[in-house]
Amino acid sequence: MKNEFKVIADLIEKDKKVLDVGCADGTLMRFLKENKNINIRGLEISKEKVQECIAKGLTVIEGNAEKDLKQFPDKSFDYVVLSQTLQAFLNPELVLNELLRVGKKAIVTIPNFGYWKVRFHLLFKGTMPITKTLPEEWYNTPNLHMCTIKDFFYFVKSRNIKIFKSLALNNLNTSLINERNLSIKNLFADLGIFLIEK
Amino acid sequence: MNIDKNIKTLIVKKPLKLDCGKTIKDFPIAYETYGSLNSKKDNAILVFHALTGDQFVTGVNPITKKDGWWSYAVGPNKAIDTNKYFVICSNVIGGCMGSFGPSHKDPDTQNIFGTNFPVITINDMVNAQYNLLDHFGINKLFSLTGGSMGGMQVLQFISNFPDKSKTVIPIATTSSHSAQNIAFNELGRQAITADNNWKDGNYSSNNINPGKGLAVARMAAHITYLSKKGLQEKFGRKLQEREDLKFGFDADFQIESYLRYQGSVFVDRFDANSYLYITRAMDYFDLTNQFKGNLSNAFKNTKAKFFVISFTSDWLYPTQENKDIVIALNSIGADVGFVEIESDKGHDSFLLDVPDFLSALKNFLDKSYIEN
Repeated sequence: MKNEFKVIADLIEKDKKVLDVGCADGTLMRFLKENKNINIRGLEISKEKVQECIAKGLTVIEGNAEKDLKQFPDKSFDYVVLSQTLQAFLNPELVLNELLRVGKKAIVTIPNFGYWKVRFHLLFKGTMPITKTLPEEWYNTPNLHMCTIKDFFYFVKSRNIKIFKSLALNNLNTSLINERNLSIKNLFADLGIFLIEK
Repeated sequence: MNIDKNIKTLIVKKPLKLDCGKTIKDFPIAYETYGSLNSKKDNAILVFHALTGDQFVTGVNPITKKDGWWSYAVGPNKAIDTNKYFVICSNVIGGCMGSFGPSHKDPDTQNIFGTNFPVITINDMVNAQYNLLDHFGINKLFSLTGGSMGGMQVLQFISNFPDKSKTVIPIATTSSHSAQNIAFNELGRQAITADNNWKDGNYSSNNINPGKGLAVARMAAHITYLSKKGLQEKFGRKLQEREDLKFGFDADFQIESYLRYQGSVFVDRFDANSYLYITRAMDYFDLTNQFKGNLSNAFKNTKAKFFVISFTSDWLYPTQENKDIVIALNSIGADVGFVEIESDKGHDSFLLDVPDFLSALKNFLDKSYIEN
């Protein structure tokens, strides 16, 4: 399981109720269910991935987060997880608000466009950056709204969303982000993980 | 048809008050079982059939000599694995495969009921079938499943008996019969009652059968079970055993011949009055209305795990109507999964060899059974 999921799992206490939005093949869901006794649900848009989840015995709803989160009542989950998908929505702000409505807390991870390799790629090659967390070409990427850790940090602050914990990931290294080291983390982390609440 | 042989029947002694106000008692429910009930009695799956189905889910139907209606899904090692599970299915009341229906004699008058049979509802059907649990000594079913009208019974059953099943699988169904579906059913009923042989439902005592009307009803309904794409791919404008158009009203096109065949074989196995009664029960089905406009309340007392399945090309019970069930369940925090299966086989997809559907059904059941 990728390091990102281990970090996410560490943020969630045992026996909680969790919704994994864009749960893909259910890797994180299964880990949470088996290791932390989490009452876990998933929402996934891809029919193939939904089938993979069902084969793992996971409860998944086929659907689109932009339309289908509204069926869940307010604060009906302890945590709502959104892993590296926020940038792919037509309206990320709407989705973020929905996550924070449905979940008592939300865990959002973002591929960091401020990562030095991304900056170098654009600066020296002059073409759209391709990295481990951003593997697609400009013409086939699902990403519509790329942002940096700094962008996201300031965005949630401006919306009065409380940040409980923000973490920078670079390969296997995890470190805390705060206002003072923000510019450094924004340069050296390829992934940002935010535990937030509204 | 020899109905009496090969049919297992439970006589329900307990009076059952029907939604129409009448009470029935000492009535038969014809059922069939597959697989065996384990010692813990925790492996039973109650399957509900659709409009024209019966209790003969799989294997060869001893009455029609054709494969059971859900042979693709039910059997040894199949999605509903009868090596593992004990499958029970019964003919709905109002039906014509041995359960109490309009072709039976009224015990009071000794005349065949015909349209004197009480109008029944989906609620009446499941209340009658509930007696099978007592009959087999099953305290809690492992699962409830069925497609189309079978799915309506699934929803009604778990609403009426919230702690009687661990899992619930409504397939290609609705919580409230739509205007379009009522319209199609009315078309079928009008075709039957317009047949001169119908005789206000008393055709049996006259030894005749409104076969033409019933065949037209079946033809019209059959179209609704398929998709435009499926029909086009299978038949297109292909001609039936002829080189060119005949400039007449014989079946020039293969699709015409196919529909006529579907109509004619249906008449041999189905009772016209049962068709009227069962379509009426479907039309009256409105679980949302039973709970004063809030479908969630139908499920608020159950802890069962739900899995709702729809099909992309099903325009009779479209995905949105299935999703409405999911939404109602989610809004009360119920345990519900949902998948829409890609298929161009229309509403009939649930009866056919659709691998994604069958594997989803199997995986859900088998994984849930392990956790059981």
